Amino acid sequence: MKELLSSTLAGLGQGSVYALLALGFVIIYKSMRVISFAQPALMLAGAVLVSYLVGPFGFIIAVILGVVGIALLGLGLERTVIRPMVGKPVFVVAIITLGIDIALRVVINGFIGTDVRQVGDPWGFSRVSLLGVTVQERYIAMFLTTAVVITVLFAFFKYTRLGLATRAASYDQETALAQGISVSTVFAMAWAIAGGLAAIAGTFVATGVGVDQQLWIIALKALPAIILGGLDSLGGAVVGGLTIGVVESLIATYQSDFAPWLGDNFSVVSPYVVMLLVLLVKPYGLFGTKEVERV
Amino acid sequence: MLAVRNLEVVYNDVILVLRGVSLDVADGKIVALLGANGAGKTTLLRAISGLLDVHDGEVTKGSVTLDGEPIHRHNPAKIVRLGVKQVLEGRRIFAELSVDENLRTGAHTNAKHVRENLDRVYSLFPVLKERHKGTAGYLSGGEQQMLAMGRALMSNPRYLLLDEPSLGLAPLLVQQVRDLIVEINKQGTTVLLVEQNATMALSVAEHGYVMETGKIVMDRPAKELLDDSDIREFYLGLGAEGTAKSFRDVKHYKRRKRWLS
Repeated sequence: MKELLSSTLAGLGQGSVYALLALGFVIIYKSMRVISFAQPALMLAGAVLVSYLVGPFGFIIAVILGVVGIALLGLGLERTVIRPMVGKPVFVVAIITLGIDIALRVVINGFIGTDVRQVGDPWGFSRVSLLGVTVQERYIAMFLTTAVVITVLFAFFKYTRLGLATRAASYDQETALAQGISVSTVFAMAWAIAGGLAAIAGTFVATGVGVDQQLWIIALKALPAIILGGLDSLGGAVVGGLTIGVVESLIATYQSDFAPWLGDNFSVVSPYVVMLLVLLVKPYGLFGTKEVERV
Repeated sequence: MLAVRNLEVVYNDVILVLRGVSLDVADGKIVALLGANGAGKTTLLRAISGLLDVHDGEVTKGSVTLDGEPIHRHNPAKIVRLGVKQVLEGRRIFAELSVDENLRTGAHTNAKHVRENLDRVYSLFPVLKERHKGTAGYLSGGEQQMLAMGRALMSNPRYLLLDEPSLGLAPLLVQQVRDLIVEINKQGTTVLLVEQNATMALSVAEHGYVMETGKIVMDRPAKELLDDSDIREFYLGLGAEGTAKSFRDVKHYKRRKRWLS
């Protein structure tokens, strides 16, 4: 029982990182109808930036600066590379984001080198006992931080003028323009938010284990998360991310006992298996918007 | 005054849709713009409100001026701030948002006076107040049209460009919309009304323009248009009753030629 609980808690921690990444994908998708494959590079950039800033500034300030920095990077990418492509086929834009991802990662790898860089987080691998269940502190930190970030984000979309404008523009751009909403501001903001979220996620992924050149692969697990939750649902991205995290963690804990014939490290691919199963049953994901229609 | 002078609009660099259109919308008036499908009425509205870009259209000649200042190079947000707002054809409400949120998007450029404008819109459209928390997509067609108009009024515009507000509404609702347009105008908003329903439009407008294939072909006070025999026949469906009809009369295009030449 304790093993189950601690595995679930670890999964929730890891899953909240996937949720942050998935939110970045969904926010860009909702505003531009494009899946941005540049998220992995932005995540890696965030982790690396924090690893450089942590020396002079300390962890907390380094994370804040890192988030601002990567948000600006996202903003810059949108302004320079994506903006001229607005109106072009979605597929073209998606491929361009793939190009951004590769190019950016090559540059970042130069800053990582062959070593593993540390983000200098206060948690490392130290553990804490919660009601008798042992769990790594960093997972608790991930979960709590994500909860705060998500609450702020949802409040932003629900209550602020700009958040409302974003939702309006994602539903119907021309009508939003006719209300005086600047759609280009909405696009830019979506990229900035996605960048900031990726930076937080990158930092948390690197807690304990550090940053190496392969860290970006973790960001791909956000894809099963968003497909699980439905591409255009913010809530779905969060639920999808947490689900993927928990499933992965539970399989890592129990698979060797119950299904050893699957071989080692089956947990690594388990998110994609979950994604396939969900797509078979619900092709639009669990929370994909059903169209609002009068009958 | 909102004035359009010799406006030429081209779509996709090749399709000439407006061919030298001139039109005046004097402050405080209701001006009707009539015309068959494809005459260029909606394009004219887009040119005024800056929405041509979305459709790959471009003003190639002429100008749109607001109190003498050209506005046709401005982006839509700037034009809305200057007080010119278009209600798009076909309602185009944000179906997934609530009625309240729809109205608040309309106040995007005028965030300071949301409360007053919300009160004003709700007093104009009491139906919306009853359902202010409901999802906009579930409103009836008439309610959606009112929501679209109310949303436009949320920034308290000087000029309201209405694109076919009677589209797809039952006759009684058309009357209601007409009365609301008069009421909105009384409260100080100038209205440019684009309509297929010429009877409705001319009954409230003071001045009317008739467009055909990208040109203004008639420009008269609404009363004169209502009495014009061509308008009566082509737009109001009121032929000269009791007179013998020959096939020659049925050939509309021959008589249309009179004003196209």
